[in-house]
Amino acid sequence: MAELKEVMITTDDIKTDEYLVNMGPQHPSTHGVLRLLVQLEGEIVHNVQPHIGYIHSGIEKMTESLSYPQIGHLTDRMDYLSAHMNNEAVALCVENALQIEVPDRVKYIRTIMAELSRLASHQLWWCVMGMDMGALTTFFYGLRDREEILDIFEETCGARLTVNYSIPGGLMFDIHPNFQRDVKAFIKKFRTKLPEYDRLLSGNVIFTERTKGVGFLSREDAIAYGVTGPTARASGFACDLRKHQPYSAYSKVNFNEVLSDVGDTYARYQVRIQEMWESMNIIEQLIDNIPEGDYAMKMKGVIKLPEGEFYQRVESARGEFGVFIVSDGKKNPYRVKFRSPGFSNLFAINHIAKGWKIADLVAIMSTFDLVIPDIDR
Amino acid sequence: MTNEELITAIGKVEAEAETRQGAQYVETTVPAARMYDFMNQLKQDKTLAFDYLFCLTGMDQADHMQVVYHLESVLHKHVLVVRVKTADRENPVLDSVSDIWPTAEFHENEVYDLLGIRFNNHPDLRRLFLDENWGFPLRKDFKDDIHIVSR
Amino acid sequence: MAFNIYDFTTLTKSIHEGLTASYSATTTLIIEWTIVGVAYLLFVALFGLFLVYAERKVCAAFQQRMGPMRVGPWGLLQTIADFIKLLMKELITPKEADKFLYNLAPFIVIIVSFLVISVIPFAPGLQTFDFDIGIFFVTAVSSVGVIGILLAGWSSNNKYSLIGAMRSGAQIVSYELSVGLSLITIIILAGTMQISGLVEGQREMWFIFKGHIPALIAFVVFIIAGTAETNRGPFDLAEAESELTAGFHTEYSGIKFAFFFLAEYINLFIVAAMATTVFLGGWMPLHFGNFESFNQIMDLIPGLFWFFFKVLGVIFLMMWFKWTFPRLRVDQILNLEWKYLLPINLFNILLMAAVVLFGLHF
Repeated sequence: MAELKEVMITTDDIKTDEYLVNMGPQHPSTHGVLRLLVQLEGEIVHNVQPHIGYIHSGIEKMTESLSYPQIGHLTDRMDYLSAHMNNEAVALCVENALQIEVPDRVKYIRTIMAELSRLASHQLWWCVMGMDMGALTTFFYGLRDREEILDIFEETCGARLTVNYSIPGGLMFDIHPNFQRDVKAFIKKFRTKLPEYDRLLSGNVIFTERTKGVGFLSREDAIAYGVTGPTARASGFACDLRKHQPYSAYSKVNFNEVLSDVGDTYARYQVRIQEMWESMNIIEQLIDNIPEGDYAMKMKGVIKLPEGEFYQRVESARGEFGVFIVSDGKKNPYRVKFRSPGFSNLFAINHIAKGWKIADLVAIMSTFDLVIPDIDR
Repeated sequence: MTNEELITAIGKVEAEAETRQGAQYVETTVPAARMYDFMNQLKQDKTLAFDYLFCLTGMDQADHMQVVYHLESVLHKHVLVVRVKTADRENPVLDSVSDIWPTAEFHENEVYDLLGIRFNNHPDLRRLFLDENWGFPLRKDFKDDIHIVSR
Repeated sequence: MAFNIYDFTTLTKSIHEGLTASYSATTTLIIEWTIVGVAYLLFVALFGLFLVYAERKVCAAFQQRMGPMRVGPWGLLQTIADFIKLLMKELITPKEADKFLYNLAPFIVIIVSFLVISVIPFAPGLQTFDFDIGIFFVTAVSSVGVIGILLAGWSSNNKYSLIGAMRSGAQIVSYELSVGLSLITIIILAGTMQISGLVEGQREMWFIFKGHIPALIAFVVFIIAGTAETNRGPFDLAEAESELTAGFHTEYSGIKFAFFFLAEYINLFIVAAMATTVFLGGWMPLHFGNFESFNQIMDLIPGLFWFFFKVLGVIFLMMWFKWTFPRLRVDQILNLEWKYLLPINLFNILLMAAVVLFGLHF
């Protein structure tokens, strides 16, 4: 019996160990080439370390040898889902530096296009959110509606995704004669389609169980980690630049900044859904009042910015997008820095996902609405 | 707080800071040696309360490196641009502010990756985008015969 | 008992007698085994392909698209083309995998599915084995399938596979209880575990109507637990695409992957067939008490048709679940079983016992 006792295993002898899992660079839920080094104990996430750079394209370096109108075209390729907002940021930054005021028509059209981009972006986010949670049908519901916005883009500027519509001094082209009619038809239709989103996903018991009370981000942490956009507004951080530092035609419209003080995954979900309603409100206020006038100002062939530093912040679909141009008076910028919302948002993920399960990590990441080229630049 | 008041308030925090009204925001330049305490004060001071670091940019300025911090106070809504210059261009070193603003940790990683500025007391200084054997591409003297075509 | 014109007993009996007349007993047995084996193989392959096609069409309907349309009329040949593609693919074995177990796992999974099918009565006289303890056999054998999944996850030497397999193990072992207990509820009502006896007991009225409230509860529990046991959405944690890429069969390719894929659909059929047999009267037509003329019209529809009609109905229901619900989390899935389904089930058995004891059923 004595020998037997020696080999008997007690619970103290059973050792559990953490293990590492590479989520990505090719993984269905990272939506691109993002690699998360996840430290797990069983199903529990202990640490998440994001590794990026798989599609780093050196846009900031490239801009140093390009002229200002050319820079705008590169910004499309960063956050391709809010391409118009990125274009607009560069255009606004250059216009501010040159101290020129674009016509009202340009401002109105830019705002409408930006809100359409936001709608399209949030629609795609909703598709993917459902898919990450395992409800694959949402993907096709969202894409069905997004297609109509892309059709409007195509009619307006010939491109569906990388629109290249805003250039310093105005717009690339004037709007198509059908633009107003199509946008109004779309808004009318989407107002009946958006409640479908709620019926399919928001009210589902499994969905609410999976998201409510999961992955808290407090307001203080949101500010400290520089989290912006709907992700931060769900934590109560009032960071909507459209409201607080209006640019283009945002000062002329009435809309609510969607805020929630809960800060969990469900709040982030709801904030985006509500933002879609607000975007439709904004478009409806502007679409009938587009003033007559030029769609672009006469600009010099070669745009040279005065020496100095210029910063422009806009609210993209994912959060605060900043363009920081340092000019030495030449036709190329000395240094351009893009403050991308995804970059700051991504690195808050370790703080939020710690202690939750793998499935929650996927849900949390989904509500962050990451676009990888936006992070990698 | 108006911009004039902000300038005087910053002068009280740090005597060596050169503060002026820029084209857009209030801008201040602090010596690298004093920067950590200064930044800490900006965050802790109740009247300043710069709690939101929204942009951190590294720059190659020919004879030195420079890091620009864009700070905002969510409560007071004022914005401050802080500039810090490094003494050495080839082996630039600055203090990390990642324990003041956690978001700085990753922006500093990016600056280190692209410009080679090292940050003291940084919890995990690693190259974010590029391989270890790459140079620092945002430096003006960076040469890459394969990937960069110079005109 | 009225003579059923669609009874297969006479057919099988005449085949058997014809064979015994010309061959010895052993040869007859071997020939019969071969016939039955080939029949099952054909059925599994064809019905599996059909289910894959049906799933794609059903999911397309939910998602407002057409589904496969290019290969053959209405894309009918699509799944066959896919199957040929899978057959031609290279069989990849990871370098660090446990080769023997890695190759064994898909066979365990598919053999278990075949074993369970053998006791399902498709139509009068069309059932291979009719044990006295048929239901017990079904629950016992179907629980072996989890070994195949665990082996697949373990031997692949992939962390995703391992997590998927462990999830699957926990899930299937838990939900086995609910499947078993909900079947026991009906066994109390039927008084037999023999599958032909169960079907025969539903000649006048299906058990789901006969046992009213407790039978209905048992049916709902069985469908939930059955969906969970087949690892289908919303309980598809084991393969959770967005979390674990493909779960336990991440490393499998070609025909070995096809085995897992086929087994999943066969399991879907098995759960639907068991629900049909135990709750919805098997191949028995729909009868309403004393409406003689109605009952006679129903009798004209063949039993085979009734069986597949009901099975496809249940399968459609389960596809509906999959394409509308998000996935549950691993702790929620175990909570659902141990905190809700199991107590409900135990209470339901008591309720059913009381119903049977006091003769409160129809």
